[in-house]
Amino acid sequence: MSDTTTEMALDLEAKRLSVVDPGTRVDVQGEMGDEERVEKAMTNFAKDFGRVAATYMEACIHCGACAHACPFYEASGNPRHTPIWKIEPFKQAYKREAGPLAFFYKTFNLKKNVTLDELKEWQELLYDTCTMCGRCTLICPMSIDIATLVGMARHGMFHAGLVPHELYTVTEKAKREGSPLGATPQVFEDRIEWMGDEHEVEMHVDEDQADVLVLMSSIEIQKYPESMAATAKILNHMGKTWTFRTDGYEATNFGMLSGNTAWQKEMSMKVISAAEKIGAKLVILPECGHAYQALRWQGANMYGKPLPFKVQHISEFLSDAVDAGALKLKTVNTTVAFHDPCQVSRRGGATSAPRKVLDALGVKLIESKSGGSMNTCCGGGGGVITIHRADTLRYKVMGAKFRQLGETGAEMMVTSCSNCRQNFDDSGEKLNWDKTMNSLLELVADNLVEEAEK
Amino acid sequence: MTLLDFARGPAMQIAIIIFVVGILWRLVGVWALRQKKDLSEARSRGAWIGGIKGLFAHGWPYKPFVSKVGTQYIVGYVIHLGLFIVLFFGTPHMLFFADIVGFTWWTLPGSVITFIAVITTAALFFALAKRLVNPVQRLISNFDDYATWFVTTLPFVTGLATNANLWPDYEFGLAIHLLSVWLLLIYFPFGKLMHSFWFVVSRYTTGSRFARRGGMA
Repeated sequence: MSDTTTEMALDLEAKRLSVVDPGTRVDVQGEMGDEERVEKAMTNFAKDFGRVAATYMEACIHCGACAHACPFYEASGNPRHTPIWKIEPFKQAYKREAGPLAFFYKTFNLKKNVTLDELKEWQELLYDTCTMCGRCTLICPMSIDIATLVGMARHGMFHAGLVPHELYTVTEKAKREGSPLGATPQVFEDRIEWMGDEHEVEMHVDEDQADVLVLMSSIEIQKYPESMAATAKILNHMGKTWTFRTDGYEATNFGMLSGNTAWQKEMSMKVISAAEKIGAKLVILPECGHAYQALRWQGANMYGKPLPFKVQHISEFLSDAVDAGALKLKTVNTTVAFHDPCQVSRRGGATSAPRKVLDALGVKLIESKSGGSMNTCCGGGGGVITIHRADTLRYKVMGAKFRQLGETGAEMMVTSCSNCRQNFDDSGEKLNWDKTMNSLLELVADNLVEEAEK
Repeated sequence: MTLLDFARGPAMQIAIIIFVVGILWRLVGVWALRQKKDLSEARSRGAWIGGIKGLFAHGWPYKPFVSKVGTQYIVGYVIHLGLFIVLFFGTPHMLFFADIVGFTWWTLPGSVITFIAVITTAALFFALAKRLVNPVQRLISNFDDYATWFVTTLPFVTGLATNANLWPDYEFGLAIHLLSVWLLLIYFPFGKLMHSFWFVVSRYTTGSRFARRGGMA
């Protein structure tokens, strides 16, 4: 056992979030004895044994239906990838330590203590093969929200120092530098300036007061910087008072993905504080699925009270702008297949927003089989795309996704999640996909009717 | 005291006490756990409507999943409906309950009940076979799954045997049948038979949580 190298060089040229030397793996963090590791996992598992989690764990009838909704099981055919099996140690700990029958289970040792070997074995199941897309909930006759349980189980894993190497590394980097991909405040500022010049768009940075605070994910800052220009262009077009803030810009929350609630809170509080400081009425989240979960649905719970501003995913913001007639758009004559980011649509409730925007653009949307809120995940979310040993299966998952999108016969592919997008770019290169995934935001920005054209 | 007296007397009383107290213990044990309030701004009010919808929405798989788990759902319905019909619309069962509640109700002819019981038993064996053969179910199954199957199937088998007079002594057979039902009641609170209650709580919980967000569950 050794300490994790936190200074792991990142490969920013790669199509996906990547490290230079993926061969070196340290999937165990911190100096702890075996017993202490298990103890920490148990203590932190126990913190999540509330009524909702308990109801779900009591309700499972072991029917195995969830396997058939899981893109990872469907791609691998490996029974271990059955969603409910991924939380088996968590379930075992609940039944032995916290459930109403814990006394029986413990006294007669009917449920065994979770062992370190089991936890190590489950690292792959909890991190590499689950994006927390929640499709399994749809098929479950008991409607169990397994994705939430996986998120909870990750808390215990993090504190036991059992996070996959790359995911831990980027998380630790995010905690230390404010961004998982090296998008420090200085880098952010430089890139905003660059995009402003490149696209001749007026940028607002560190304004003292603004109605709208715009966040970016480091995937966008580093890989798709045009997103910054596109957002600025649209907000300027609408005449909004808005700003980027170098003290609160990072929308991704690797604290949440890796399982460290304290870090999750710290990361959320940065943007919440920045928004409060400038008196923002609205915080716009970028095209990032899990950022939407982190701030829109978990932000207030981290803050400890309702947020003093509204939070919207960029697709919701654009949809509202369409409704209000605030966007003048050119007509795009093409057919589109839309890939729904799970955390924004199924688990976030904003499925109709991108459709309204696409409709305003005049494109013909062709829904894929099992599309919209029942969409199949691309396999890259939840931190999976960071983990190199998950690549083979991730590509298989994406193979199915490509086939599904291909069946629509649409000319253009669009999504509103930059993490999905980098997965499409990376997998597309690997699998020789004949299409490119486009950003909804950029599509809108590219088709704005400028003042002079009106 | 004959075995039948025992089955009709103390065995039944003990079984019912364990059944009722056990169920309450398990339900209250979970409901007593803390739950933090969700402070996020709800997209829409009336999350409870989503909870009620959730109760029904998961009664049949969504379209993309029908080909994958439709058969499994059908087998599940055969078992559950079979159990319900045989239990409440079999004449001897109705008379047993009538003694307790003081009124009678319409029942199905014995031959129909026997037919339904045979179909239900066959469905139970089919479900067991699938659990043993299907790699996913085999992996995720534990003692409770098999114990639950056993205590559910036993009353059907003993009931059919009693109905067909297969026992050397009818009263003995009837006693065994009753005892097998008490075994089911005694085991009920300890295993997954509790899904009779949890399915409502779990479906409602998810339905209302996601209705609050406007999402799908």
